[in-house]
Amino acid sequence: MAQSPTPPGPLEYLRRWPLQVWLLGVGTFLYAPLLALVAFSFNDSRRNIVWKGFTLKYYAKVFHDAALIEAFANSLTIAAISTGISLLLGALAALVLWRFRFPGKAGLDGALGLPIVVPEICMGVAMLVFFAKVLPWPQGLVWPLNLGAIIISHVSFSFPFVAVVVRARMASFNRELEEAARDLGAGELQTLRDVILPHMVPSLIAGGFLAFTLSLDDFVITFFTSGPDTVTFPVKVYSMVRFSVTPEVNAASTILIVLTVILTAIALRLQGNQVAAAAHQPVERG
Amino acid sequence: MEQSWKSARGIFAAALALPLFWLVVFFLFPLGIVWLYSFGENRGLTDIALTGTLSNYLRALEPLYLKIFVKSAGIAALTTGLCLVIGFPVALAITFAPPKAKGWLLMFIMLPFWTNLLIRTYALIAVLRNEGYINQSLRAGWGLANGLATRLGQAPLASFQPVELLHNNFAVVLGLVYVHLPFMVLPLYSALDRLDTSLLEASLDLGAGHLRTLFRIVVPLALPGIASGVLITFIPALGAYLTPDLLGGPDSQMIASVIERQFKRANDWPFGAAMSFLLMYLTFIGIAIQGALSRKSREPG
Repeated sequence: MAQSPTPPGPLEYLRRWPLQVWLLGVGTFLYAPLLALVAFSFNDSRRNIVWKGFTLKYYAKVFHDAALIEAFANSLTIAAISTGISLLLGALAALVLWRFRFPGKAGLDGALGLPIVVPEICMGVAMLVFFAKVLPWPQGLVWPLNLGAIIISHVSFSFPFVAVVVRARMASFNRELEEAARDLGAGELQTLRDVILPHMVPSLIAGGFLAFTLSLDDFVITFFTSGPDTVTFPVKVYSMVRFSVTPEVNAASTILIVLTVILTAIALRLQGNQVAAAAHQPVERG
Repeated sequence: MEQSWKSARGIFAAALALPLFWLVVFFLFPLGIVWLYSFGENRGLTDIALTGTLSNYLRALEPLYLKIFVKSAGIAALTTGLCLVIGFPVALAITFAPPKAKGWLLMFIMLPFWTNLLIRTYALIAVLRNEGYINQSLRAGWGLANGLATRLGQAPLASFQPVELLHNNFAVVLGLVYVHLPFMVLPLYSALDRLDTSLLEASLDLGAGHLRTLFRIVVPLALPGIASGVLITFIPALGAYLTPDLLGGPDSQMIASVIERQFKRANDWPFGAAMSFLLMYLTFIGIAIQGALSRKSREPG
């Protein structure tokens, strides 16, 4: 079975051909549809099947499609605002759970886990009912206030994720640092700002990225909270996809894929630095 | 050591207030209303009377809907099984890859996961539809075969019929596997990564083949990780809405489609509420099983 000059070690499965073939197959399965989607967004043919030549005209069309641009802007706005709120709420929740002992702590912990595990469809209908019966969101508010219902729903499902990420990071915090700051005369707020927050930063970045992606990606919950004048990008693409496969959708999707790849690369880069930073500070890991 | 909340009431209250408020008002309360509605009855177009009736739940257990529950569970189980079979070798390859390749392979599995679900589903539609890439390739192949047949003096073949790949249960399962594969690979990887490799080496040294080592040593040791991967895949697959909606046909309805219809079109909120809480209870049962399994796996250690 060994084809390379040195035969693979007993556990070097990656160097055995059956597994290589398997990985290649899985890779094709995962990536071929996406690569085809990207490739055909540059294809100069409406029929989207046979390659007729390179063109950017569908991108031009996308950039002139006011409804699509508006949906895209809505999605980015919702993601940005809900990420901001989620970071604040998630960090506070993580701090409380990390720092304090209190009655009902297990209950709060469990309840915070709920938005992560509840099926999207159940949360979607709950938000639909809530905004229909309890807090009807006024129609015709100025942008971005008209997106309020969607933003609120997005915060509800993303801030627990932020809390999980921040709490995991705080587990590696050396509490003696906090005591030292206190002994040296720092007040609560100053300790928080100068000692705890800097330790938290990498997890805030990771959590923020997570919240942003979750918000940008969400279809089901948005589908139940969006109205005719608050269409997001996924909801818009959904209505386009239902009717047909068109190069415009390919172009719009490609833009979003590229955006995701860039965001992922930035996040990995920052997390790589975080790992490097952790390696230089062995004290913190205790 | 954690601090008692009593020693710093002010800070405790200030930090807790916002997240607690949000969780209660914008999450627990909406779910609570749905729960109450599941015991209600429609009165007129928009009014729902909370009568404490169980009729919505009884209706959900009628054969028509019970069949959809069973079918959803079946589709989710098939998806999970396929993900396990496809994902296990991948997790194995990542586990024993050199450290540098490990990071790249993990990203290779995760990157599609970060891509928008709708876009991934759309990409599959473009592959599977009657004018899609697969059928176009088949059509081209058919054309070639036809040309060959006529040249050999045979009667021309019947005209090409596209293979129906979209809008059926096959497409739903394929789409769910496509979407959920990373859910399976990651827990499998983290379980395999903790294995004591000396046990595997011992098994191989003592003359067991790779397959035998796999089934007698690796699988039993990684069982808790496998169980957790199975549940992490099964739970979202059971409640999937978008994939069956876009890839499925009229007979591939899953629970989520029924729930959506009650709220958006049929306007039968109490029944939809009962269905969503049944789905939620199923989810909780799954999570409880997973929690019990992972506790059990930690105990003997």
